[in-house]
Amino acid sequence: MIALGQFLEVLIGGLMSGVLYSLVALGFVLIFKASGVFNFAQGAMVLLAGLALVRSLDLLVAWGFAPWAAITLGIGFAAVIMAITAWLIERFVVGPLVNQDALSLFMSTIGVTFVLEGAAQMIFGSDVYPLRLFPTDVWLLFESQFPGGILVNKLDVWGAFIAGILVAGLAIFFQRTKTGRALRAVADDHLAAQSVGIPISWIWFVVWLAAGLVALVAATVWGTKLGVQFSITFLALKALPVLIIGGLTSIPGAIVGGLIVGAGEKIAEVFLGPHIGGGIEYWFAYVLALAVLLARPQGLFGERIIERI
Amino acid sequence: MRMPDTSEILLQAEGVSLAFGGVKALRDVSFDIKKGEIRAIIGPNGAGKTSMLNVINGFYHPNHGAITFKGRTRAQMQPFEASRGGIARTFQNVALFKGMSALDNIMAGRTLKMRRGLLWQMLHYGPALAEEIENRHRVEEIIDFLEIEAIRKVPVARLAYGLQKRVELGRALAMEPDLLLLDEPMAGMNLEEKEDMSRFIIDVNNHYGTTIALIEHDMAVVMDLSHRVVVLDHGVKIADGSPDEVKKNQGVIGAYLGVAH
Repeated sequence: MIALGQFLEVLIGGLMSGVLYSLVALGFVLIFKASGVFNFAQGAMVLLAGLALVRSLDLLVAWGFAPWAAITLGIGFAAVIMAITAWLIERFVVGPLVNQDALSLFMSTIGVTFVLEGAAQMIFGSDVYPLRLFPTDVWLLFESQFPGGILVNKLDVWGAFIAGILVAGLAIFFQRTKTGRALRAVADDHLAAQSVGIPISWIWFVVWLAAGLVALVAATVWGTKLGVQFSITFLALKALPVLIIGGLTSIPGAIVGGLIVGAGEKIAEVFLGPHIGGGIEYWFAYVLALAVLLARPQGLFGERIIERI
Repeated sequence: MRMPDTSEILLQAEGVSLAFGGVKALRDVSFDIKKGEIRAIIGPNGAGKTSMLNVINGFYHPNHGAITFKGRTRAQMQPFEASRGGIARTFQNVALFKGMSALDNIMAGRTLKMRRGLLWQMLHYGPALAEEIENRHRVEEIIDFLEIEAIRKVPVARLAYGLQKRVELGRALAMEPDLLLLDEPMAGMNLEEKEDMSRFIIDVNNHYGTTIALIEHDMAVVMDLSHRVVVLDHGVKIADGSPDEVKKNQGVIGAYLGVAH
């Protein structure tokens, strides 16, 4: 007999960790919406942002800055690094590929991945660096109703809170602003966008900067959870099923996809695991994604692909 | 037909040459476009007509020669600079933002007219809201003018080809251009659609006084619409003048029908 308390705990824990996947997936969606390109480098950008943040924090604290000042300056420094990265990528990688096939752009982001991973570790070091921006202790809720209560990580709550703000901001940005409309226009047709006076190089800089800043946010949460280290780039692999389930072009889809993946894999692990053997967590998301691909190739919230013949 | 009010030259192409590797798309082409006129560029397939439009709006940079637009001469111009200067265009194979509605597509044409900061836009409040509403009014006027009220919320990928062409014209008009470049505005249309499009082009020219340069293959349409015609063949200008003059030109007849050399 499964206790309700245990189920709730697993569900809440799963939903919360799903939101953290969404944080990474959001970066992908941003670039995809604005250039029609799957950005292979998003995981590497999370690593770069995390390393820039944690290393500058260490240095600032060693210099005797107060914690709040060190955090503010450290985040500022990391944001500047992401801005420089965005500028370099636009100037030297994707900029020269305007009006080229989306596949060429995708290939170029694979190259960007290797350069970023190498450069980030060369400059900032390749150890595991602990990051403590958010509380990592837990709450026990409803202790009177359930024996032992329901365990909730404070870090996960922070992650969910931040993801919520990000999504609201991005949704407004894309739907309501001229720049958002320009981004969608560039994604649809480079030539037409240029012909109505949209400067593509500026737009792409904005997109890569936004993706970089989302990567920074993801790095603060994931860095606190796992420590900043190379394996953080593999998060990109976990974001993939999230994107397929939610739809590559949908910001709310990234969130819902993350929730489904997070809750699904935890529940499967805890309640299905004992019966068919453990380790479900590691492949469950991909099987789920496959099922969605079969039933609804554009994802739950993706744009229907309309083709006139 | 109404003739242009002035003889003021809006755009002057001087000795424009353009080559892709060994292929010479344009060879020493010079012509002018006068303010307020409808100027047609015609010629057989591969004559360099679209290349000429691409040079004018900055997609291609000529190897030799220069374009003077509103008194400013430039050899190299970026497309967004051209649109900032008041050049709008449509494309031979409709280039719309397929995922967006007809309305959003035309609103995209207002990009340069909206200047409020990003933060205001995100708040969707105050001056940014006023600006959005004002631009929306202009766009609704264009939608009325082109008689596409019924489809304003439809994603353009779902529209029939003729309507897509109309939306594309709407997006170009939303820019309130001084010079409107139309690349085969009537390609693939049936007679009725062609008549509609001709009417819109004449109305744009009459009401807004917009100068228009168009490429078209339908000779009847070209001769009816345009004030002056320039004829290209194999990248070389072979004739330039009124429709009647061009019609009688022996070189033009040769280019179209082929002559024994």
